[in-house]
Amino acid sequence: MKKVLLSGNEAVARGAWEHGVSIATAYPGTPSTEILQNIALYDEIYAEWATNEKVAFDTAVGAAYAGKRTLVAMKHVGLNVASEVLFYSSYTGIDAGLVVITADDPGMHSSQNEQDNRRYAKFAKVPMLEPADSQEAKEFVGLCLELSEQFDTPVLLRMTTRTSHSKAAVTLGERQEIEQHPYKKDASKRAMIPLYARRRHVIIEERTTQLRQWAEETDINRVEMDDTSLGIITAGIAYQYAKDIFPNASFLKLGMAWPMPEKRIRDFANSVDRLIVIEELEPFIEEKVKQLGIKVEGKTIFPITGEFTPEVVRTSAINYALGVLSPLDAADSLGSMGSSIGVAMGGSLAGIENKKNIAIIGDGTFFHSGLSALASAVYNQVPVTIIVVDNRTTGMTGHQGHPGTGKTLQGNKHEEVSIANVAKALGVHHVYEVDARNLKKMEQTIRQAINLDEPVVVVAQTVCVFVSSHNREAYKIILENCNGCTLCFRIGCPAISKSEERDQKTDRPKAWIDPVMCTGCGLCLDVCARQAIEEGEVKS
Amino acid sequence: MKKTNFFVVGVGGQGTLLASNIIAETGLYIGLDAKKSEVHGMAQRGGIVTSHIRWDEHVASPLCEPGTVDYFIAQEMLEGMRWIHFLKPGGTVIISHQHLPPTSTVLGSVVYPSDEEIMTKLKEWTDNILMIDAAGIANKLGNLRVSNSILIGALSSVMDVSPEDWLAVLTSRVPARHKEINRQAFLAGRAGK
Repeated sequence: MKKVLLSGNEAVARGAWEHGVSIATAYPGTPSTEILQNIALYDEIYAEWATNEKVAFDTAVGAAYAGKRTLVAMKHVGLNVASEVLFYSSYTGIDAGLVVITADDPGMHSSQNEQDNRRYAKFAKVPMLEPADSQEAKEFVGLCLELSEQFDTPVLLRMTTRTSHSKAAVTLGERQEIEQHPYKKDASKRAMIPLYARRRHVIIEERTTQLRQWAEETDINRVEMDDTSLGIITAGIAYQYAKDIFPNASFLKLGMAWPMPEKRIRDFANSVDRLIVIEELEPFIEEKVKQLGIKVEGKTIFPITGEFTPEVVRTSAINYALGVLSPLDAADSLGSMGSSIGVAMGGSLAGIENKKNIAIIGDGTFFHSGLSALASAVYNQVPVTIIVVDNRTTGMTGHQGHPGTGKTLQGNKHEEVSIANVAKALGVHHVYEVDARNLKKMEQTIRQAINLDEPVVVVAQTVCVFVSSHNREAYKIILENCNGCTLCFRIGCPAISKSEERDQKTDRPKAWIDPVMCTGCGLCLDVCARQAIEEGEVKS
Repeated sequence: MKKTNFFVVGVGGQGTLLASNIIAETGLYIGLDAKKSEVHGMAQRGGIVTSHIRWDEHVASPLCEPGTVDYFIAQEMLEGMRWIHFLKPGGTVIISHQHLPPTSTVLGSVVYPSDEEIMTKLKEWTDNILMIDAAGIANKLGNLRVSNSILIGALSSVMDVSPEDWLAVLTSRVPARHKEINRQAFLAGRAGK
């Protein structure tokens, strides 16, 4: 059998392909993004970017109702956006298998919180599996689909940044074609009016009891008995760390995060002297064990915050919002996707003396969850300036398409949705489109906008440097003109740094532009007051 | 081969992920289990990328503990100094003599350390330090982006794995038109010049 190195996300994509998934949908979000990007490479699967996680999940539910095996993927906070769909689809059940990937981010490598989505499984009464490496990730996708069909429920698969992005050896299999399930109209099952929903709730409770029985029997929950002086209950990536650190201990490894096998937990607890739980983030397993009346230690030993690693402390600080930090210092607050417009409206309504309220939102996020907030601003005529930073891609997550890019996940082209036209259609009277690299024009437009007493939209346009490089070679510093004034340093360009040379009068280091890092955007030219920057030549 | 831990650190845009993929794939290629893990949240340009690779008969954790790394590969001087605590005392350091000052040093609030300071710090951990002018060699070869292959060549010179195995994996991971230059880069790195 052929073994290849796959990341957890690549393995999930492979698992979807091998287990007969036909439809896959997602909204990009680190650490989940590569799942759909890899699925899109398989001809047998239709894959698309939806405009947000709720749309993605609704689409997936529809496809599963219609009888095709379906996958939907999102990051942990994406499930907040889509949570209503999780709750109703738990009640209605599905027809063909539906696996819902939630990629949690312990340590917040690229997120605003580190919520533990195992809580969602219990809350919405939906089973959840949790792999510990790429091989399990691939197999568990298949198991989720089987469970989904057997128990008539969507099934959650919980990835984390570490399992999603680590590479490990995976044995590959072949694709298994699954026939489309025939569709049968059944409003009492799928239309959740109170009368029908009350009946469904009873069925959901019975389903959980049956799933708990399945958890007692499945071999993805497994006991590895060794030295019985220490017993460890663990799951996911924490299992791998625990195996390295306590190689002789006995283990109960839970591949199923919810529901948990009560009898097996009791039996395991009874066979060891001391019981501990090692789990990232919330004391989810620990609470269950304690609820069973079993003495156990967990969060008194291991932290509830941050990502687990074998090392004690990781000092790498990767910040979600580059703009909040020096050198740009551009933002006062950052909440969640699309919330900037609403927060700015609230700030405007409450009023802060001598302050104007500006919302900054990306083009991808504008389509994700900015539209309804903008409509609300128009409806209530709240004076806010909304700057849509339009770089023609979803840059944060690695350049995915959206309605404004006119290019789908699998490469089809269509008309680009114009942000300016959408704003006008929603009733915004003042809509400006400005080249983001034209510093003077941009400043002038924003000054004008913030003094208007109604909502204003400024679309700041420039193509992301990673999507299309500018048509110029690297810029250069003209050393004899530069006096080390530092103005160009303050634009925060990664290509500009101090040179060895110093200005004779001021003894300040002059600037230097790294030719590998410079993309030729020309912004530095605008800020330099001494004509000390030479424009790169136009590329042939 | 017994358990081997690697650590690669670089700055976004230097190809840290490609280098670490090649190391992990080579482990698998010579018949071992291998795992690799890194953080690449917002490291597209200028951010720090660290990558852990582990080879063994069976690998559990994809991350190395500090003080356990056998081969520490730094693509940049300052980052080499910042992450050296991962090295096992007496382990091997392969470091590219390149300086990419982070924004905080450009704005003047922090000073980029001198080569002497960096070397003093590295020597607290080991005497096995191989410094290589990867960027200079790459420049001579005519493509700045082959620094990675040069570093892997340097790594191969201190490890007991045949250069053919390294090259088989390395040349399968780069586009066809860049195979030859990467092969030359590997050999240059292996020769140390």
